[in-house]
Amino acid sequence: MIIDWAQFTPGASLGGGALIGLAAALLYVVTGRIAGVSGIFGEALRGARDGGGWRWAFLVGLAAASWVLGGQPSGGEGRFDVPLPVLFVAGLLTGYGTRIARGCTSGHGVCGLSRLSPRSLVAVSCFMGAGMVTVAVLRWLSAVQA
Amino acid sequence: MRRLVEGGVAGVAGLLFGIGLMVSGMVEPAKVQAFLDVGGRWDPSLALVMGGAIAVALPVFQWGRRSRFPAPPHGPVEGRLILGSLLFGVGWGLSGYCPGPALLVAAGGNGEAMGYVVAMGLGMMLGTRFGARDLERG
Repeated sequence: MIIDWAQFTPGASLGGGALIGLAAALLYVVTGRIAGVSGIFGEALRGARDGGGWRWAFLVGLAAASWVLGGQPSGGEGRFDVPLPVLFVAGLLTGYGTRIARGCTSGHGVCGLSRLSPRSLVAVSCFMGAGMVTVAVLRWLSAVQA
Repeated sequence: MRRLVEGGVAGVAGLLFGIGLMVSGMVEPAKVQAFLDVGGRWDPSLALVMGGAIAVALPVFQWGRRSRFPAPPHGPVEGRLILGSLLFGVGWGLSGYCPGPALLVAAGGNGEAMGYVVAMGLGMMLGTRFGARDLERG
């Protein structure tokens, strides 16, 4: 393992993380709702009728973040050269996977771990592990091609 | 009135959440992949994002569970929780996007993120139709 100290951003990452935690705590304390983005987006798409207006409000707030900070919300190239069709498949996997697992990095990661949920601990271990294996395969493929 | 408060708070929470994603670096696919690249040049920053978020949220959620929103016991670990999380991990590793940052970057006009979000929405609708039951919370 080689730690990339030049790219390490402990202050910004810790501070940004604290803001994410604050947002999740605020939503939970006032409304009892879980700030899980895959659940919020998935249920909004499903057209859930249980007074789902708060979900659209959350999504608009999320989208508005880039205007408030006055810039492009980053994006950019990944570490590896992944063709568009593969990116599309990745989106399908993320959508289907988070739906049947009922949560993603925010719902299981931030909120679920904060609730000390064993389900969320299993989910986080699975998606982090699978993400690391996937990136290892991408690195191997890019080395073979080079 | 309750709906209005709920919507207002959700909007503010979404905005704070998005600013946190931008400040922390979660919106940079290359940085996310650098975090997952433990065998290469590893950038541990994103562990601190989750650490910082949990440090703030955990006490609040624990207090809430005890007093304000008495919660049922945690549910069982089922196969689709494991399978779904593994599939999501593959999608996350391939793209460097999890759902929140993907939506934020797509809203900012990035074409790749838009394509990813369309596919993610399709995947979610497939998940709602096949495989997901009892979806009352995320």
